[in-house]
Amino acid sequence: MSDKLILPRAVEAAIRSVNPATTRRDFLKSSGALVLTLSAGAAPVGKALAQAAAAGPYTDPDYLELDTWIVIHPDNTATFYVGKTDGGQGTGTAFRQMMCDELDIAYDNAKLVMGTTDITPDQGGSGGSDGIERDGWPMRRTAAEARRVLLELASERLDTPVTGLTARDATISVTADPSRSVTYAELIGGRRFDIALSGDNINQTTGIAKVKPVQDLRVIGQSIPRYDIPGKVEGTNSWAVDVKLPGMVHARNVKPPIAGATLRSIDESSVSDMPGFVAVVNRRNYVAVVCEREEQAIDAARQLVVDWTPPAEAPFPASDDLFDYIRDTAPTSVSDTDDAGDPDTAFARAARVVEAEFEVPYQGHTAIGPAHALADPSDGQMTIYSNDMKSYGLRNGVAAFLDMPRDRVRVVYMDGPQMYGRTAADDVGFEAAFLAKELGRPVRVQWMRDEETAWDTKGPAYTFKMRGAIDGDGRMSALEYDARAIDYNHVNYNEPDTVLIAQLMGIRRENPDPGEAKIPQTQYAIPNRKMAASVISLPLAWETPLRTGNLRDPDGPQVTFAYESFVDEMAAAAGADPVEFRLDMIERSDEDPRLRRARSLATVRAAAEHYGWDSRPSPNPRMLEGGGPIATGRGIAFTHRNGTVVATIAEVEVNRETGGIWVKRLVCAHDCGLVVNPLGLTQTVECGMLHGLSRALWEEVQFDAEKVTSVDWATHPSLRHADTPESVEVVIVNGDPNPDRPDLPHYGAGEASHKPMIAAVANAVHDATGVRLRRVPFRRERVLEALRAYS
Amino acid sequence: MSLVTLRVNGQSHEVDIEPGTPLLYVLRNDLNLSGPRFGCGLAQCGACTVIVDGVAIRSCVTPAASVSGEITTLEGLSRDGQLDPVQQAWIAEQVPQCGYCQNGQIMTARALLDSNPNPTDAEIREGMQGVLCRCMTYYRIQKAIKRASRETAAASFRDGDTPASEGAKA
Ligand code: FES
Ligand code: FES
Repeated sequence: MSDKLILPRAVEAAIRSVNPATTRRDFLKSSGALVLTLSAGAAPVGKALAQAAAAGPYTDPDYLELDTWIVIHPDNTATFYVGKTDGGQGTGTAFRQMMCDELDIAYDNAKLVMGTTDITPDQGGSGGSDGIERDGWPMRRTAAEARRVLLELASERLDTPVTGLTARDATISVTADPSRSVTYAELIGGRRFDIALSGDNINQTTGIAKVKPVQDLRVIGQSIPRYDIPGKVEGTNSWAVDVKLPGMVHARNVKPPIAGATLRSIDESSVSDMPGFVAVVNRRNYVAVVCEREEQAIDAARQLVVDWTPPAEAPFPASDDLFDYIRDTAPTSVSDTDDAGDPDTAFARAARVVEAEFEVPYQGHTAIGPAHALADPSDGQMTIYSNDMKSYGLRNGVAAFLDMPRDRVRVVYMDGPQMYGRTAADDVGFEAAFLAKELGRPVRVQWMRDEETAWDTKGPAYTFKMRGAIDGDGRMSALEYDARAIDYNHVNYNEPDTVLIAQLMGIRRENPDPGEAKIPQTQYAIPNRKMAASVISLPLAWETPLRTGNLRDPDGPQVTFAYESFVDEMAAAAGADPVEFRLDMIERSDEDPRLRRARSLATVRAAAEHYGWDSRPSPNPRMLEGGGPIATGRGIAFTHRNGTVVATIAEVEVNRETGGIWVKRLVCAHDCGLVVNPLGLTQTVECGMLHGLSRALWEEVQFDAEKVTSVDWATHPSLRHADTPESVEVVIVNGDPNPDRPDLPHYGAGEASHKPMIAAVANAVHDATGVRLRRVPFRRERVLEALRAYS
Repeated sequence: MSLVTLRVNGQSHEVDIEPGTPLLYVLRNDLNLSGPRFGCGLAQCGACTVIVDGVAIRSCVTPAASVSGEITTLEGLSRDGQLDPVQQAWIAEQVPQCGYCQNGQIMTARALLDSNPNPTDAEIREGMQGVLCRCMTYYRIQKAIKRASRETAAASFRDGDTPASEGAKA
């Protein structure tokens, strides 16, 4: 059994085993002024040498050195070092494919290391589904540069011009005489490239070499199974929750029972006799109990007697009153507007005017595994073992919070539960580091289920008020849009003055984040517009469980629910088929016709064609036939997310007697440009859709005027096996007007398919029943109420 | 503290623990097994599932001292270096996203197939209903269970004798 013990040494051995015998830093120190200049493009790495002399233990890998990104080993394999993290969307596998392709090495002969701050260059970790769209480019370019350098070395060795050489499977041969060849290992295995790269920031990192045209790519485009899946299935994977350190102790937090309460006193004697008790740590309203064993810490945190003074004023309205509160409260700021044409005249001339309101509650991350981190303060340094998707930010934030030099702090990134934005992984990393520094011992902290569900950051709650005009031609001529989101003091990633422990300690930044409310992208031709989105604040802005932070496409699902529901309503008012109504508005839109418009049209058409969409207006005129309780309908929603275009069609069965909704079939047409791994993409798109379905049907943060009351899987339901559609179909689209162009870009996935899901379900329910669902989530009681009000 | 003997994945272990200690923490922290994971501590999510004498149980609410049977964890599913058919199907269908919940999904699916080697779609949904996945891999989980059921049946047909359920438990 002992070989399963996860010690950090084993973790690091696994990370570094792929490295040459000496680490980069050791190499720099011992190599003195030795600098190889391999070509005109290579510059000395003098800056790095100077830094190395003064460096602490955990300096930043220099993205302007090729050796930071790629190592070729004596056994003719390679290791890639990238500053990203992979929450299970398969980006690691995709990055490895991209770099293998540019380097010309077989996929199986390369490894990829991600996200550990002193080993991999800072590409920011994950966020915004931009890993493939943005961060893949420096990876491709550095791999192409390595290949270029290897070809030059081979040219010298084989006494043949580069143009007469062929690189394949980490071997370079003379094209005219393949018997004359040399391997990458023979050229550079175990040694450094010593090639300087250029680029004002890491995203622009490049060498001299150009990336390959799409037509020459061999590994990109293959459905290679994800490398991380076997370990996760066999039980051999090392997770951040598994790390054990000699002398480590376990901590659990004790949170204020009422939001905004202040600590009056702690009775430490209520737990000090408990088995394994180590300490109670307290700073203002931050309280943690530390014990030798995990279950002891859990018990002690439950039993600790703490006296709290409730706040003078209610911290927030109860969730039942939330939307009225939003509508009745003056905004703190207007964050987004879009005005065009002459809406007043258009409304005056309208053939029909439609008004509608929509409401979306707070929804949470509620990770399946509550937030956790282990911090080790040994030797005056700080190492944090974490699954934080932004490991670099965690490292920088903790260094600032603890007032430690950055080069004494590092984060070892390891697998963990889902990371779809600004989760409590940030908060708990700071807590573990703080407690470890206080106690001088390694401390592991994990939040409890109720803590995670109540206190993790939330996606903002929204209200929407909309008004639209249909002109005499049956087209949408005007739109008024007024959105309000509770997002004041939005919590960003790993900020030392907004993480929860900082807030509870009384740290306040002078200018809280103003927050954001969004207007939808104008993907349609709507000539006259008056659109605004404003931010609202709650009475309690700090130390509140209702703190907002990025949750998978932060405002997209809310805004797209309202906008795409309303567009559907307008189509129904015009008596038009919802797909045709949209296609007509896309065709007439002023979007870049060569690219976005073409891709939008292709994507919506692909979804409709694959689904077998028959043209007719909604609701289904035959919906009341048959007389049974089950009504069937279909609905579409369409959107963009950065460079990615997505159209989703949901087919639903609504039980008119119970209000239950089953989404039976889902079709998603998805254009993200060049697809690196169709299998991985399909899986990620499926799960993005079903996560959206969970938000559509189940998820809602509920609270009374003191505290969050949805605190576990009974009070905060989530999608389950029984909700799973019978069929989930992903159609990969390439709608580029020049689909074969050699520089076809790769856009992101993950969030795009998540974004239109709530709207697609609502539109399908309308088609099935004639009822327009205006309030998320669509739980049975609410649907039943809407059905009764309609009939 | 008191001495408790546990049989886990074919081996005996003696641990010195408080009597009420949930099995989950003993498996994870004393025996250094990492398959079962903490998800809720409330028997609501399934992340901590282990199989005791063929039945999937939730180790987060089961006192270690109360378990007298043979405990199988995710690490113990494979036999003679061969992955369990459920694990093989999981890899073939590329089920996990983050993977944190998958211990519970796999162990519950194993116990489900042991008691019902050829479940219908409805029986799969019902049997798996209590195991949550926040990455929403349900669709592929259900496909993988059907695949495991199919392939186990095909294998036992080829072998000509042992029914699938006994084969898996042997
Ligand atoms: S951790 Fe045991 S059921 Fe959730
Ligand atoms: S795979 Fe992430 S929770 Fe299930």
